[in-house]
Amino acid sequence: MVGNDMMPWSEKYRPQKVAQVAHQDEVVRMLSSALDDGQGNLPHLLFYGPPGTGKTSTALALCRQMFGAQHFKARVLELNASDERGIKVVRDRIKTFAQTSVPEGRITNKETGRAVPAFKIIILDEADAITTDAQTALRRTMETFSLTTRFILICNYISRIIAPLASRCAKCRFMPLPMSAMRAHLSHIASGEGLSISTQLLDHMCEASEGDMRRAITTLQSTSRMAGPGGDMDDEALVTAACLVPESVLDDFEAAVLGSCSFKDMSLVLTNIVDDGYSVSQLILQFGRRIQENTRASIAGLSDLQKSAVVLKLAEAEAQMIDGADEWLQLQDIGGRLRETVQCATNQGSLRHTIQSV
Amino acid sequence: MTGVGKMEQEHKRSGLMWVDKHRSTNLAKLEVHKALNVRLLNLVRQGDVPHLFFYGPPGAGKRTRVMGVLHELFGASAEKLRVQHRVFKLGDPPKEVEMTLVMSNHHVEMNPSDVGIKDRLVVQEMIKEIASSVPLDAFQTTKKKEQNAAGPEPQGAAAAGANTSNNSAAHKPAFKVLVLHDVDRMSRLAQQALRRTMEKYARTCRIIMLATSASKVIEPLRSRCLGVRVPLPSDTELVQVLRHVANKEGFIVTDSFGAKVVASSGRNMRRALLQLEASKSQNYPFSAEQQVTKADWELACASISDLMLVQQAPRTLLTVRQKLYDLLTHAIPADIIFHAIVANLLRQVDQELAPQLVAHAAMYEHRMQKGSKPILHLEAFCARFMQLYKAYLSAIMDLF
Ligand SMILES: Nc1ncnc2c1ncn2[C@@H]1O[C@H](COP(=O)(O)OP(=O)(O)OP(=O)(O)O)[C@@H](O)[C@H]1O
Ligand SMILES: [Mg+2]
Repeated sequence: MVGNDMMPWSEKYRPQKVAQVAHQDEVVRMLSSALDDGQGNLPHLLFYGPPGTGKTSTALALCRQMFGAQHFKARVLELNASDERGIKVVRDRIKTFAQTSVPEGRITNKETGRAVPAFKIIILDEADAITTDAQTALRRTMETFSLTTRFILICNYISRIIAPLASRCAKCRFMPLPMSAMRAHLSHIASGEGLSISTQLLDHMCEASEGDMRRAITTLQSTSRMAGPGGDMDDEALVTAACLVPESVLDDFEAAVLGSCSFKDMSLVLTNIVDDGYSVSQLILQFGRRIQENTRASIAGLSDLQKSAVVLKLAEAEAQMIDGADEWLQLQDIGGRLRETVQCATNQGSLRHTIQSV
Repeated sequence: MTGVGKMEQEHKRSGLMWVDKHRSTNLAKLEVHKALNVRLLNLVRQGDVPHLFFYGPPGAGKRTRVMGVLHELFGASAEKLRVQHRVFKLGDPPKEVEMTLVMSNHHVEMNPSDVGIKDRLVVQEMIKEIASSVPLDAFQTTKKKEQNAAGPEPQGAAAAGANTSNNSAAHKPAFKVLVLHDVDRMSRLAQQALRRTMEKYARTCRIIMLATSASKVIEPLRSRCLGVRVPLPSDTELVQVLRHVANKEGFIVTDSFGAKVVASSGRNMRRALLQLEASKSQNYPFSAEQQVTKADWELACASISDLMLVQQAPRTLLTVRQKLYDLLTHAIPADIIFHAIVANLLRQVDQELAPQLVAHAAMYEHRMQKGSKPILHLEAFCARFMQLYKAYLSAIMDLF
């Protein structure tokens, strides 16, 4: 490929073969055997899992290996959320593609020497965004063309796919990548780019990426680039690149909402956090983890009931922000509620009430 | 005012208002967020920059940094901006969509959320087209073909040379940049529609997204970018900037007046400079008792809070409603109004009432975001607050 040097690393290092996909062993095994058996036995597939775990890469690699670059265009239709996918398109575009006949007789994939299977593949990527009505229409289409066409549906949340569609597919779950897999992959990229990087920093990078390989790769690239030629890659650069809320800011937050300062003082601390641009959902995520770990004095001192009240409030605020609610107001409200929860330590009854009312 | 509206205004009046006149696009020279600027410079010096996502409060300097990045990538020609209002026919059946584009030879800026729920069509059709078509010039339906430093290209070579026609200066990156404002205001479907486009055309197009609130951008999009947090300037940085601008304009900001501007601007750089300019034209030299001159909408929001604290009655609600309507018709975003009113109230009410105030505000603001008529929820909040406040006051009276 020409000009690959100009590509962001997450694209530059996109797996080109199914076997190169890290960690998703079960999926890789199943697809590899489908590739190997040469009969072209392939069910409809449903890939699901969080962002950056290899779904799109795997689907494209599978098709590339099945058909080779030569037949890819004629045999594969990729539709994603950037394409109009209303009912009409599902009917028309998919029909047109599925109906054009594939040549009879044996065709060889020049790259592998294997026979090219006699079907076509339609990839419906980012299927979370397809309306229920269009999915229903799709069900019929899938049945009609099932002899000549295989579907690969890809989504983040399997619950967004209607049951009659999902039940027609073999389900492939893509897992968040564990530390070990990310570490190995990042080391591989780092050596490819001629970077030297401490194991400790590498570990922090993997941790910060929450199982999202794409994010890990972008963080690696950015942390090293931001350091400048010959500059030191350090944790601070990493925190910047990974958009984490630094521990010191979490400490301030914890002291303000669980401590004994006045509402106004707490409110000021919270306003500063928002003014400093920290993402409130990221803050909630990291603070929720502190509650789970239960190692800090001000948290370990809370009763189980209090802790559940805190977590419930965090979850409620997170959901409301996803609806578009204002971060500053939500954070102030979290502060108010958490203070109340801590201060009504003696009053179990009212705490129960708080929990029920959330 | 947000996004393209803002960038267009900036473009029109550049050289008029101090905010814009003294904006530097040289990252190395900016006085605010120096450490971040250095990191950004290092990042974009290699041609393989990832997509970028700048997030942080309004007035923090996100767009300034974006312009700095473009300048570093493409040189001064990225600052030769032109504005186009265009009507596109998008969708099937085609709907008319009016968009404002600000562009240079290397980048296009737009705010898809300006067109409401039709933003999905903008992403699916326009953005995809811009991202996939290689030379930006091809996208300009305007008259002349851009004069290339290398000279006009022969017609026949157009297809083959598509990849390079745009960057005859060899050191310039071979991609264009698409700057999207207010991504957090874009609909879910529009955000979804951006996902694969960002990956598929990464070779020819980098996307820079801007948003106030990172939490409102879907995870798959955030996963595709390097996030760059831009905080509001610190008080010290703000004072420095005020001094710097005053120095260039040939006047003096006293310490005490500088502190007043910093306090009343809420660390917002844009607001601080606007206030400084307005205050100076009101009265200069600054007197000891001079108040900072604020924008009309800020005064209106403050007066709404004050009215509610003075008298909690149906009559007040009528006045408040009128003021809210005025603000909305002047295109002040509802969430900014909400924010300003609550912040004013929070400064003035007693400690005991504050938790209830924020709890109700958070609830009504959330409803406003889910609903479709902001005025209803703004008003409902005001009515509810007055009720709360009245009950609180009478409870205090009972104590005596
Ligand atoms: N399992 C993996 N092994 C190796 N690289 C991976 C893996 N998963 C993701 N990546 C890296 O992340 C990039 C994006 O992966 P991909 O497009 O497959 O994600 P996805 O699961 O489709 O995510 P989304 O849900 O956001 O669309 C790839 O280009 C690759 O660099
Ligand atoms: Mg994908």
